[in-house]
Amino acid sequence: MVKFKNVTKIYSNHSGVSPIMALEDISFEVKEKEFVSIVGRSGAGKTTLLKLLLAEEKPTQGQIFFDDKNVNNLESGELPQLRRKIGAVFQDYKLLSSKTTYENISYVMEVIGASNEEIFRDVPKILEIVGLENRANNFPAELSGGEKQRVAIARAIAHRPEVILADEPTGNLDPYNTLDIIRLLLKIQEIGTTVILATHNKEIINRLGKRVITLEKGKIIRDEERGRFIL
Amino acid sequence: MITTLKRIFKLGWLSFTRDGGIAVVTCFILVITIFLASSLFLLQNSSQFLISSLQEKVDISVYFKEIIPEEDILNVKEELSKIPEVKNVKYVSKEEALKVFVERHKDEPVLMQSLEEVGGNPFLASLNIQAFEASQYQKVTDFLEDPHFKTLIEKVDYYQRKPVIEKIFSLTSAANKAGILLSIVLVVVAILVTFNTIRLAILNQKEEIQIQRLVGASNFFIRGPFLVQGTISGILAALISLAIFTLICWFLGPKIEIFFPDLNIFNFFTKNFWTIFLIQISTGVLLGVISSTLAIRKYLKV
Repeated sequence: MVKFKNVTKIYSNHSGVSPIMALEDISFEVKEKEFVSIVGRSGAGKTTLLKLLLAEEKPTQGQIFFDDKNVNNLESGELPQLRRKIGAVFQDYKLLSSKTTYENISYVMEVIGASNEEIFRDVPKILEIVGLENRANNFPAELSGGEKQRVAIARAIAHRPEVILADEPTGNLDPYNTLDIIRLLLKIQEIGTTVILATHNKEIINRLGKRVITLEKGKIIRDEERGRFIL
Repeated sequence: MITTLKRIFKLGWLSFTRDGGIAVVTCFILVITIFLASSLFLLQNSSQFLISSLQEKVDISVYFKEIIPEEDILNVKEELSKIPEVKNVKYVSKEEALKVFVERHKDEPVLMQSLEEVGGNPFLASLNIQAFEASQYQKVTDFLEDPHFKTLIEKVDYYQRKPVIEKIFSLTSAANKAGILLSIVLVVVAILVTFNTIRLAILNQKEEIQIQRLVGASNFFIRGPFLVQGTISGILAALISLAIFTLICWFLGPKIEIFFPDLNIFNFFTKNFWTIFLIQISTGVLLGVISSTLAIRKYLKV
């Protein structure tokens, strides 16, 4: 499903400071319907990994495959097709600030071409799942950090993507909500969606008992089925 | 496809109504530009009108000796009409010349008195000749220098009028050129200002556009609402300028007519209403759409 092959990413900067090696010779594969957690300290390269898969950044070396398609060879016009198969929860939420909660979610469904009936039917349901039914008509600026994060999650699952990329989806949530979201992700995976979760929440990882890839300074130092959070 | 288009229109309309401040600023700038474009159209046309009416007033007169019979004069007129440079020849008989003089100076007793003292009709029959251009008058006078005509002619007033004629023609052509140059400069400035305003308005949307790309929206779906927004602003601005323009023409028309008789701006406006409306709508919509397209382009590269 998703395959990284000898991927290296170097952020070269313009101000004369030395370039940053974000990822170094990374190779791994994620199978369909798998639940994979990526752990590591901040700056270990988790977010870069997800950005590369979304083709938001290009790798300096190596190849990334999604459904056997080389992501880096896609033309700008083909990228939307790839991205519609991925539901991403961004660390900084990336909500559309000029749209309400409801519209943020309906937008991705409009993008994939869902019918109006589907949108009317699904969006309220999804809002209920993340517990935001009474925030439907609020703009992101009127929401708390945790609420924004839940909107981001709702948006990532709304269009039923093949893969969910969740970058610290629980970073701003209280323990109660955190548990709910993780349960939600597990449920989504059970229905048949691949989930890639980047986090540094030790408790979650230890509780999950799923595959864990541990990154340190841009390298994979451990990749275990039923892994634990060890750094 | 139809659902997509509907959604694009809805999204465009929503962001137009929500970004109240930006919409007002964009419309305002567009109104200025559209207004400028249509004023230039009006100005160009009325100056054309003034120039041609001024040029029509330029002519030379050939006065014939008192003894020459009317027939001979009409023969000369015939000959003159055959010259390609001559636009118009008009015969003014002795009686007509007197009538015109009396008509023009009836309120000036001194002149009328002296006319009475002279007794009879002191005026000479003449031909008024109009050419297309100032330089052509020389040719016409050369033609009249021909000994065949010269015996009939008392005087040609070209030599007295020459400097005035040349000045009028060089002045009008200079005014025309300056007008065109000024129009081009103003239009370029207005377009740049509009483009920059829309660019700044869209700069605010930079992040939104990139997010839309990241959640898989096609460029068409992202650009569409902006184009709709640009079109709405363009149409609204055109309607506002049309209203202002109508008021100004209606208000100023009679006042301008006092200075330049025969030039009625309001009549001109109503006669060319559709042309002006078309100029305004197309300026507004094209500017809105082209500026948005250019401004968005670089944010779509994510």
